[in-house]
Amino acid sequence: MFEGLWSYEHPLSGQFRRLEEEFDALFGAGTSLTGTRNIRSLPAGTFPAVNVASTPQAIMVYVFAPGLDAKSFDISIQQNLLSIAGAREIPRDEKATYYRHERFSGEFRRTISLPDDADQARVEAKYVNGILTITVGRRESAKPRQIEVR
Amino acid sequence: MATQQDVTQSEKSAAPRATTQRSESAIRPPVDVFETSDGIKLIADMPGVSKEHLQLQAEGNSLTIEGKMQFDMSEQMEALYADVRSTLYRCSFVLSSELDTGHVEAILKDGVLAVRIPKRAELRPRRIEVQSG
Repeated sequence: MFEGLWSYEHPLSGQFRRLEEEFDALFGAGTSLTGTRNIRSLPAGTFPAVNVASTPQAIMVYVFAPGLDAKSFDISIQQNLLSIAGAREIPRDEKATYYRHERFSGEFRRTISLPDDADQARVEAKYVNGILTITVGRRESAKPRQIEVR
Repeated sequence: MATQQDVTQSEKSAAPRATTQRSESAIRPPVDVFETSDGIKLIADMPGVSKEHLQLQAEGNSLTIEGKMQFDMSEQMEALYADVRSTLYRCSFVLSSELDTGHVEAILKDGVLAVRIPKRAELRPRRIEVQSG
């Protein structure tokens, strides 16, 4: 689903996509071709990575935060800003020789702007296989309604 | 102690891509690699991968790790933002001959894979006592 997020229905779509990916790699995801970034966007590779998707009923936030304790997440929501904080401390084996040290260690916080119809009263979170999934309900009024023509 | 750098520095490029529908480019997971006197340990962050969707292959002198991310999605879902745009992880490493690929141990917990590759017992560094005569 997410891989098609920024593709265009155009013969050049492949090239555009590649260009976008290079932009993302350079400036971080959330950068448009004009170089404008979302004010809360973070540099590429920031821990934890986040994906956001929506259904007519809910907004789903996926936080890719492996190796944590489900209870250690600090999740808060305020005025459509969802904030996830925590810490992952990776102990270093003093007797070992390290060749690669790519995994994130330390404190983290990510803030996500939710759409306006997010219902702060209906938030659920679960942690499975290292992905924290936060489901935020959408307000009734925002759901598409069938209008009957009389 | 002489250290073998093979495992860590010569990373092979990803295997030929599958040509099913739109070939999905794989994510190279962030890894920690370190060596102790009895072996090498590799730890990889692979969130979303369960035991059933993880493949670990030690063949000859190469180690390949592949995982497929699973997370619940509904059909009506629309993506709004994505840092992660692939559901496939892949990385491979060239091992060196003193590593015993027959006794690789792997543990997957909360999306973190820990692999231990022991050194062949006969090749572990031994401390040689100098006796005063």
